[in-house]
Amino acid sequence: MAMTVHLDIVSAESEIFSGLVETVQLTGVEGELGIMPGHAPLLTRLIPGTIRFVKQGGKEEVFYVSGGMLEVQPNCVTVLADTVVRADDIDAAEAEEAKRRAAAALHNQESNFDYSAVAAELAEATARIRALQKMRK
Amino acid sequence: MAAAKEIRTKIGSIKNTQKITNAMEMVAASKMRKAQDRMGASRPYAKRIRQVISHVAQGDLEYQHPYLEEREVKSVGIIVVSTDRGLCGGLNINLFKNAISLMKEWTDKGAEVRLATIGKKAESFFGSRGADIRASFNGLGDEPSLSELIGSVSAKLDAYINGEIDKLYLVYNNFVNTMTQKPTAQQLLPLPKDETDEKTYNWDYLYETEPKELLEALLIRYIESQVYQAVVENLACEQAARMVAMKAATDNAGGLIDELQLVYNKARQAAITQELSEICAGAAAV
Repeated sequence: MAMTVHLDIVSAESEIFSGLVETVQLTGVEGELGIMPGHAPLLTRLIPGTIRFVKQGGKEEVFYVSGGMLEVQPNCVTVLADTVVRADDIDAAEAEEAKRRAAAALHNQESNFDYSAVAAELAEATARIRALQKMRK
Repeated sequence: MAAAKEIRTKIGSIKNTQKITNAMEMVAASKMRKAQDRMGASRPYAKRIRQVISHVAQGDLEYQHPYLEEREVKSVGIIVVSTDRGLCGGLNINLFKNAISLMKEWTDKGAEVRLATIGKKAESFFGSRGADIRASFNGLGDEPSLSELIGSVSAKLDAYINGEIDKLYLVYNNFVNTMTQKPTAQQLLPLPKDETDEKTYNWDYLYETEPKELLEALLIRYIESQVYQAVVENLACEQAARMVAMKAATDNAGGLIDELQLVYNKARQAAITQELSEICAGAAAV
């Protein structure tokens, strides 16, 4: 049987997942991370992106997070997320619309334009869509 | 019949009070359910972040954050979380007793105690006792939002960084179940070290981006989540305690009404008997 590590995903509103997994892939500030059991202690921030993990027994799940923190210990992985959505629950049309809106806002900038806020919105919308695509593959 | 009339008005007023306490009980019961849901929802996050923090406190970090170092204690900060409204039994008083014994413990050791209060009851109680209240926050309502709380919390964190306080406690009611609320004092800063786990080897994290910023963000998030959790737990406690207190009050009013009703009936009967015997005596005289 494959080695496993305990994964906990919590958001401020609820506990999303808690259980044994074989591998986890998520998006840190400096790029994609793949974590296997027995990983060295690691601390990083997460940016909007997907969490993909393979549960014990080989079943795969995809989640979307809007950001948060990641802590890795050799025997447990903890994701402290801001908000988490199961990829099945993402509304594709709504996500596309949010992306289009954010992109449009980037193009016609007005005087009271908050670049960082809109850029973050765009990144979030893009990450949502990517989570959907990953799941459909 | 003068006595009987008095008793009747008294029964009427107690009945009115009973109606009010009964209504308050039902309101508290429905609010408690909501408060409990809210508390349950944020509990896992608070629990996990506490776990992560206990790992962080165990490691040998290359960057020593001020939140992690033990200092000589010259003054202590205490955040007291209380309710805004009364009529909730001994909830606040039990909590304040706990806070006072904590304050006494530190003043005996020669440290100054500085308070931050959340909720009106703590402010008025400790204000009248002449405690040193540095910050207070009232009017949380039923759905506290984190952004409202952050002000009073960050004031305390700044005081810790500046060295005005060397230890920070959080005192609140822990929701065990509807009947039991436990006053709890939790040490927030410096981060309490987990004594039970033997340290077998020295290790440090791999950091992606600077450890300083990363730890700072994590620690602030930790403190905020702990304070938020304390506030929502206290809120659930308040509603539970109020529900129990109002139920007791309704029952007591019922008992009082029964007793008075008995006295009233006796007085009425005595009056009738007396009148009757007077009439008989009058008829006999004629």
